[in-house]
Amino acid sequence: MSTLDQLAQSELATGENRASAIADATHRAHVRRRLLLTTPALIVLFCAASGPLLIMLIYSFLSAGDYGGVEWTLSWDGWANVFMQRDIFDGTLSIADAHVSILWRSVKLSLLTTFTALVFGFPTAYFIATRPPRTRNLWLFLITIPFWTNLLIRTFAIMEVIRNQGVINTILKSLELIDEPIQMLFTDFAIMIGMTYVYLPLMVLPIYASMEKLDFRLVEAGYDLYATRFRVLRRIILPLVKPGVVAGSILVFIPSLGAYVTPRLLGGGKNMMLGNLIELQFGQGRNWPLGAALSFSLLIIVMAALLIYVRGVGKPESGHD
Amino acid sequence: MGMGGMSTRKDSPAAVEANGVSKIFGDGSDKVVALDDVSVTIKQNEFFTLLGPSGCGKTTLLRLIAGFDHPNNGNILLEGDDISGLPPYQRQVNTVFQNYALFPHMTVAGNIAFGLEMLDKPRNEIDATVANMLKLVRMEELRDRQTSQISGGQQQRVALARALAPHPKVLLLDEPLSALDLKLRKEMQIELKRLQNETGITFIFVTHDQEEALTMSDRIAVMSNGNILQIGSPREIYDHPAERFVANFIGETNFLTADLVLAKNKAGKIKLSSGKTIAATLPDNHAANGKVTAVVRPEHARIVKPGTSAALEGRLDNIVYFGTDTHYHVKLGAEGDFIVRMQNSRDDAGKFAAGSKVGIAIDSNAAQVLRD
Ligand SMILES: Nc1ncnc2c1ncn2[C@@H]1O[C@H](COP(=O)(O)OP(=O)(O)OP(=O)(O)O)[C@@H](O)[C@H]1O
Ligand SMILES: [Mg+2]
Repeated sequence: MSTLDQLAQSELATGENRASAIADATHRAHVRRRLLLTTPALIVLFCAASGPLLIMLIYSFLSAGDYGGVEWTLSWDGWANVFMQRDIFDGTLSIADAHVSILWRSVKLSLLTTFTALVFGFPTAYFIATRPPRTRNLWLFLITIPFWTNLLIRTFAIMEVIRNQGVINTILKSLELIDEPIQMLFTDFAIMIGMTYVYLPLMVLPIYASMEKLDFRLVEAGYDLYATRFRVLRRIILPLVKPGVVAGSILVFIPSLGAYVTPRLLGGGKNMMLGNLIELQFGQGRNWPLGAALSFSLLIIVMAALLIYVRGVGKPESGHD
Repeated sequence: MGMGGMSTRKDSPAAVEANGVSKIFGDGSDKVVALDDVSVTIKQNEFFTLLGPSGCGKTTLLRLIAGFDHPNNGNILLEGDDISGLPPYQRQVNTVFQNYALFPHMTVAGNIAFGLEMLDKPRNEIDATVANMLKLVRMEELRDRQTSQISGGQQQRVALARALAPHPKVLLLDEPLSALDLKLRKEMQIELKRLQNETGITFIFVTHDQEEALTMSDRIAVMSNGNILQIGSPREIYDHPAERFVANFIGETNFLTADLVLAKNKAGKIKLSSGKTIAATLPDNHAANGKVTAVVRPEHARIVKPGTSAALEGRLDNIVYFGTDTHYHVKLGAEGDFIVRMQNSRDDAGKFAAGSKVGIAIDSNAAQVLRD
């Protein structure tokens, strides 16, 4: 702003040429200073994110080394193997069933996790936002407590609760409600529960942030105009806290899709998700190009999902009851 | 009284009746008695105003009628039916909120249609009513605007239209004009009266502006500290305030201590400190004698030459010229100041000089004895 003012003033005071020269100089100084300020962040971003991504992108087009790593020869096998597999004996290509089912499980469980987290997180956020300001911080504090504990420990705790000799089954058995323990550990259900538990705060916090800004007099205005509780929720609260719901859903969906520790421990060996599959390629599988291609596939899915979601939910409200 | 083709049958129930309503917020040391055993009856088609200083419980009473809060004691009837147990969305009462509370994610028309949609009215009826309402508040051109893109006065109109659209039995207005500047405020006062006449809906209007209350209302309830002190027409409230608070809160007034020497129903005679006796109006059921406080409005007294017609005498302290009228401040000795307001006429100038001894004549029946 002030540079503009200076510019305007100097233009009046001196000739146009000099003025534009000064303006150019100040502009350049401005740009230089801005660059200087952002450089550290840019370096970190490049070294930690863009650089490795670029390396992975290159790796995905190379061929696999015999003992891990890559051979520097161009090859499409990495990408082809994402959905296809070459028969060891006759060399024909067919759909890689295992990969498809892992992909399907990943998307399905991530969507389910997002939905469950929303179902539990929304009322929680509403509850916190409607507490008196003094007690709100206490509730927020309680919500963030799980963040303080190591993810592994929390996951082991869940295992302890749901395993066959765990808390739930023992109680059900002692109440004689069941004869045999219910198999919960090492199922998709266990993965979903685990991820919901781990990512729930990521749903609650952004929804709470929008909800806190919500003018509750609008809610009263809704009641006043004959809207029942459900309709107030649908027509007034939801549209107004939508940014929080979108943000929360994204924050839960993305890490769910790439989750590694939770499916590994709660899903056992067989119920793999994308994260585990990728890890497998870089480890035992010794197929780095495939791992790299899978990583990029994951990235593409996330981007596509985000685009669809934001487009779909971002539409202005138009519907009537 | 509202008209608009609505007939008010003699036996029709009151629009709103509050019986012994109390509302207490908090407990222990934080306890606030927002309403203390309040009873009031508001007639149909009435423009009824709740007037009182900040914190006296006006909003609380409105919120109890709307159903946002529930009374600790007492009940509230809407056209004869007890609505105490009903949620807000089952009460045929709408509110114009002080800050308008328009839905920011809907257009002007969307806001006005909202109540009708929630009542599941057919689409064509909704559209027709919305069009009508837009015309009523003169907002036809702005129907598709976002509510954030219209001015404060326009938002006010939309809030009114939104609350009127479902044709409620009673419209509650909580200081709807307080956010507007003076000129717009005057315009909206007239607008509100027009809307009330045209729709025939009972209005309960909250304000802490006494002038607004006097010019707009059919009846006024003056509130203080969670109590209703007096209910009456603007004239009754102004000319015959029953309590010191009411007399003080509305307009300027002079307080006089006197002895009640005669009481016959509401007519009485009081003996002033000067020894003169004048006629005065008494509040209902007033004790027949004793020391009383009487009030006299400044415009109900005249400055005269000291002598027989003067009820009081004193020294003219100060003369303040206001164009249409002049205020005379008279020092009465022990009683303090007495202010007289007289209309100016051409031959008034220099009739009374500051510092001179003057008399004060009080119009017949202008003195009102207070209840306390
Ligand atoms: N939710 C609440 N919790 C605690 N106290 C409250 C609450 N609402 C109102 N009060 C108290 O009740 C009293 C009456 O409040 P109310 O809002 O009815 O006043 P008002 O007459 O509308 O005042 P104003 O002219 O300032 O709007 C006040 O002392 C207020 O502090
Ligand atoms: Mg108020």
